[in-house]
Amino acid sequence: MATQFKNPVVRWIDHRLPIFTFMEHSAVSYPTPKNLSYWWNFGSLAGIILVIMIATGVFLAMQYTPHTAMAFDSVERIMRDVNYGWLLRYLHMNGASMFFIVIYIHMFRGMYYGSYKEPREILWIIGVLIFLAMMATAFVGYTLPWGQMSFWGATVITNLFSVVPVVGTVIVEWLWGGFSVDNPTLNRFFALHYLLPFVIFALVFLHLWALHTHKSNNPLGIDVKGDKDEIPFHPYYTIKDSFGLGVFLIVYLGFTFFAPNFFGEPDNYIPADPLVTPAHIVPEWYFLPFYAMLRAVPDNFIDVFGILPIIISAKAAGVVVMFGSIILLIFLPWLDSSKVRSSQFRPVFKWAFWLFLLDCIVLGYVGGQPAEGAMLTIGRLCTFWYFFHLLVVVPFLGKYEKTRPLPESISAAVTAKESK
Amino acid sequence: MKTQVLAAILGGLLAFGAIQAASAAEGQAAPKLKWTTDGVTGHFDRAELKRGWTVYKQVCASCHSAHQLYYRNLTDIGFSEAEAKAIAAGDSVPAGPNEAGETHVDGSPIMRPALLSDKLAAPYANANAARAANNGALPPDLSLITKARKGGADYIHALLTGYKEPPAGFQLQQGMAFNAYFPGFQIAMPAPLVEGAISFDDGTNATVAQMARDVSAFLIWSAEPELEDRKRMGIKILAFLLVFTALLYALKRKIWADVH
Repeated sequence: MATQFKNPVVRWIDHRLPIFTFMEHSAVSYPTPKNLSYWWNFGSLAGIILVIMIATGVFLAMQYTPHTAMAFDSVERIMRDVNYGWLLRYLHMNGASMFFIVIYIHMFRGMYYGSYKEPREILWIIGVLIFLAMMATAFVGYTLPWGQMSFWGATVITNLFSVVPVVGTVIVEWLWGGFSVDNPTLNRFFALHYLLPFVIFALVFLHLWALHTHKSNNPLGIDVKGDKDEIPFHPYYTIKDSFGLGVFLIVYLGFTFFAPNFFGEPDNYIPADPLVTPAHIVPEWYFLPFYAMLRAVPDNFIDVFGILPIIISAKAAGVVVMFGSIILLIFLPWLDSSKVRSSQFRPVFKWAFWLFLLDCIVLGYVGGQPAEGAMLTIGRLCTFWYFFHLLVVVPFLGKYEKTRPLPESISAAVTAKESK
Repeated sequence: MKTQVLAAILGGLLAFGAIQAASAAEGQAAPKLKWTTDGVTGHFDRAELKRGWTVYKQVCASCHSAHQLYYRNLTDIGFSEAEAKAIAAGDSVPAGPNEAGETHVDGSPIMRPALLSDKLAAPYANANAARAANNGALPPDLSLITKARKGGADYIHALLTGYKEPPAGFQLQQGMAFNAYFPGFQIAMPAPLVEGAISFDDGTNATVAQMARDVSAFLIWSAEPELEDRKRMGIKILAFLLVFTALLYALKRKIWADVH
């Protein structure tokens, strides 16, 4: 069903390629629940940051040299001699941190309001895949400046693949393109860092396609029941998203202009030296919770039957735990069997959610500390809780929690709230 | 819901505060000083930077390189082009093998006076030569040092003024000096600043504290020469954004007024 446009050129094009109709349907008249809170701003924000990252990245790539002998100095040349190069690079650097902040809020929003539940399971799974692709992109991107943390971070993380049985070493050498992280590694990481954002872009397209099929979830978590519950995306959510973007830019540019190295590690301003290991190798902040889980498995770990350590080393177990923590999210729609989506009507799950969030924050803190003493113990407890929450608490509550009664409709709930 | 969000944010902040406190465990934490470059209105004090350059050139540069700096950059800290040219001409840099590929008979490169377009002359030909001349230790490149160390300029200042007699019972290795701010407390660099060892053109008294301050400020500039431009641009952009976002909020309120 084509929309009638006034402009004859637009009408001519739309008759042949209904791209304007498509845009009209998905961003103007697109029906949206009228009760979305500001927590629903972060999806569109993430899309905007992706575009900012690609735009700044393309211009940085024009000036960057992916060679071990020149990479560090080429980044410094961007900072010093390229017109506004410092701005491009600081936008890109801080943009990565902002991207993860926004995505983490977006994911926890989905968890709190049960946005992953039927019929949005595939929407959620694509989201997890986007998160994985983002992690890969950020990881290879962090290698490019070829500072000390770039080099040693890449060395630690690529070595994780050595735990794959039989072919582990082969895989690691294949990743490296040699026998250590070196020039071939830097070259391919640069190629991948340019490729992966476009993979993310394609995944975002699928994410939006799935979203627009069943439309947004909402804070009440109940289905839309007719026109009274909905408002058109434009002008209501275009203006709400624009305001949110303004607030976001104040934070993002505040860091970019006044504390551009706040999220960074000083060690990465030291050129990579394969002969000098930094005192503490830490990944970027957004990987810290996973880094904590990687290091949580004790060297002398033992299971009830005492057979696990025979088949799997502590290092391998740590790698399995770390990757498992993300892969597990894919199954969240089936782990949580509760028919009620929103935590507003789930009195117990709500507290389990906040505890889980706190658990992830503590994991992030532990990941930034040396793995010893109390930190290690806390890290282990939190790792245990991460899995216990997803594998036991969530399925259990899905079955036995007594939920509060759901409102009849979105508009009924909104009117009831206003008359109070 | 609101209190829960607040509690989560507070928890996050507390965790972050603890990270900051714990990171100083490797050496004594450097006292926090005030720099003209601090804060939203941070800027360079050109006179301070010129004194800092004097300290760098006459003291630090005999062992440390500043690989990212060119002689032309000196015009940014208040030297005229002619002055910068004269400074460059006073140093010599490898001319490389000449057009015919010739070097000196012993293989060492032919030298020429430096130009504005040259990087600052390095004290040693390479890292091995630097180690050989410094008892095995490698003096780090200083161009990014304030960004490359926790504590930044505060740390550099504390290090330069932090040389003391080792406490009783402290085993100091041969050729090392005691410095409470250096990780491990033993540093291969002997105390570099000596009162009155240099004289400033502007008549400022060259005390150790003064020299340490000036050279630290100079190193902030060498690590972040864009700092002044960056903060000035930031103020304009954020001022615009604050107003613009407030307008967007007003517009949002107006558009949403009829939604029930």
